[in-house]
Amino acid sequence: MTKKITDVICPFCGTLCDDVEVVVSDDGKQLLEVYNACVIGTEKFLHSQAKDRVTRPRLRQDDGSWKEISYDDAVEYSAQMLAKAKKPMLFGWSSTNCEAQSVGNEIAELSRACCDNTAATCHGTTLIAVQDIGLPTCTLGEVKNRADRIIFWGCNPAHAHPRHMSRYSIFPRGFFTGKGQMSRKLIVVDPRVTDTAKMADVHLQVEQGRDYELLDALRVAFKGEWLPDVVAGIPAEKIREAADMMKSGRFGIIFFGMGVTQSLSKNHNIDEAIAVTKDLNEYTKFSIMPMRGHYNVTGSGEVFAWQFGFPFSVDLTRGFARYNPGDTSTIDLLVRGELDAMFTIGSDPGAHFPISAVKPIANMPSVCVDPHLTPTTGVSKLHVPVAFNGVEVGGNCYRMDNVPIDCRKVVEPPEGMLTDEQFLIKVRDRLKQLKGVA
Amino acid sequence: METVTITMKNAPALYLEADNVSPDAFAGKKAAQIAELSVHEGNTTSTLGKYFDVSGDAGATAADTKVVVRGDVKKVKYLGFKMTAGELVIEGTADQYVGAWMKGGKILAKGDIGAFAATAMKGGELTVEGNAGNYLGAAYRGDWRGMSGGKILVKGNAGSDIGMYMLGGEIIVNGNADVHVMTHAEGGKTIIKGNAASKLGGQMVEGTIFVFGSIEVMMPGFKPNGEVELEVDGTKAKFAHFIGDMGERHKKKKGVVVYGNLYKKI
Ligand code: SF4
Repeated sequence: MTKKITDVICPFCGTLCDDVEVVVSDDGKQLLEVYNACVIGTEKFLHSQAKDRVTRPRLRQDDGSWKEISYDDAVEYSAQMLAKAKKPMLFGWSSTNCEAQSVGNEIAELSRACCDNTAATCHGTTLIAVQDIGLPTCTLGEVKNRADRIIFWGCNPAHAHPRHMSRYSIFPRGFFTGKGQMSRKLIVVDPRVTDTAKMADVHLQVEQGRDYELLDALRVAFKGEWLPDVVAGIPAEKIREAADMMKSGRFGIIFFGMGVTQSLSKNHNIDEAIAVTKDLNEYTKFSIMPMRGHYNVTGSGEVFAWQFGFPFSVDLTRGFARYNPGDTSTIDLLVRGELDAMFTIGSDPGAHFPISAVKPIANMPSVCVDPHLTPTTGVSKLHVPVAFNGVEVGGNCYRMDNVPIDCRKVVEPPEGMLTDEQFLIKVRDRLKQLKGVA
Repeated sequence: METVTITMKNAPALYLEADNVSPDAFAGKKAAQIAELSVHEGNTTSTLGKYFDVSGDAGATAADTKVVVRGDVKKVKYLGFKMTAGELVIEGTADQYVGAWMKGGKILAKGDIGAFAATAMKGGELTVEGNAGNYLGAAYRGDWRGMSGGKILVKGNAGSDIGMYMLGGEIIVNGNADVHVMTHAEGGKTIIKGNAASKLGGQMVEGTIFVFGSIEVMMPGFKPNGEVELEVDGTKAKFAHFIGDMGERHKKKKGVVVYGNLYKKI
């Protein structure tokens, strides 16, 4: 006999779909089938069932090979490393739950470390802009029920957030959007003709790196002021047309992704996009929302901000929280040679950082806590496999619109495996002993 | 004026936060006392004397004190932090936050300086003989008050985001400047004698930018407003005048809307 579990949360992307169904074996040890999730979400669930999964910590030996060690030895290595380091970094946090993130913050305080999440390479620039000028935003429920103007700027949900369009932004029939897609106008701003762009009523094919100029031009167009003939490769008439389309809606939303947060101008792009949103509220109702990637990167920002006052790139080395991306951000710290230990959890910098930032990790004491084998486990000295969050352990997570959702445990992890939180608590307690505060 | 010379003898393994290296922190102290001032390498606190040789006693006040920094300080941050008077000479290349939050006195950096120099500067003079990094004279993260007074001269090139949220004072770059100049500014003046990249004056409310060389791409929010004959930092020339950022909010003074100004030498 098998059991079907309904209302499961998908722990993959920031859409955090909450209508997934899974079929598990009667003893609750095997996950057999996944329904309603998209392809990437389904893969995430099924990956936990891989037969060749690493289930015990492994320490790299001098000859480069791995030696299996106990969780207790892994705790000892991690705590010793953090106790000795002058400037350790605790990086990642975006694919783990808020409970684990909070224990991580205790460790950061005890070891006077730097701590950062994956926003450092995706929406950190958004957070900088939000601090600079604020954020008029809403929930995805409001988008579904009200929005009739949808703008995707520098993002491609058709591939990166596959169910976003069907659940919230384009297709669903909401309270005031009864005709679904028919009630909405879609504007896509992207230098590439993506699958999302192909669906658009208006596709503004902006020149690479000129989003800031285009956003400024929209603001000028709202005010009916003079514009050059062409801005960012787009004729002025087309910009005015798009500006009118935005103004004429009843409720609009700008969704934006890494195409604008990590291209030239970075935080300024978002700063200007927020200003566009603010301007539009002179004419109608408009909101803006980042398309957050990792399923709980938003939660990590919440937990950092709640406990340290800043949402990412926090430096605790002086015993108080400081924040200045460019100085306290992980890639900069690694490339500049400012760190002497690296603790990675719930993310894969080895795959996403530039090589000049990955190399230093290989040359310092390093721990990677991750259920998978990744490029980061490949360069770390210690790999600590853990239970899959959102599959083998529940916990609190935040959707991209800052709505907290509790993930559910659907199967048992392999015998004897710890969760992120359990492992971190052991490290924290050992660190307390080493620091003489236990 | 008394001179204190500090010379790097044991370079830090990581980076050093030397926020006590300023005429203000040294004033009234003998060399031995100066060597006891704290510095920070990561999460460990030790003394200036562990890393630097200190020679010479300081004057009674900051205004009577000149600090000379010698040796390799490429990995030293916060030189001249919050200084209010006196002089600081950095003989080599220094890292981030040179003269951050400075209010007075003079800093002469003979090499290059890193990012965030003169953050939220209120007064005094910063001269850089080499190049300056990003966020020169900008606001601190999340703050809307950038440089509000004083003068910065960079003889080489400057990085991106110079004069962000600038309110007053003057920045002169003899070389080229990277993207984003005086973003969100509400006052102050920046003169770029070389070439500018793009995104000059974005979201600018008030303030003035002069560019002697080329501008790769103009902001669409800057509207042509004729030509003018001007004398700028000793150079008399004809400039094309633009006003903006037309997309941004602007204040009215005596019933007239005030815009930011961008002048490009013809
Ligand atoms: S859209 Fe995102 S949250 Fe929803 S099922 Fe796909 S990967 Fe999971």
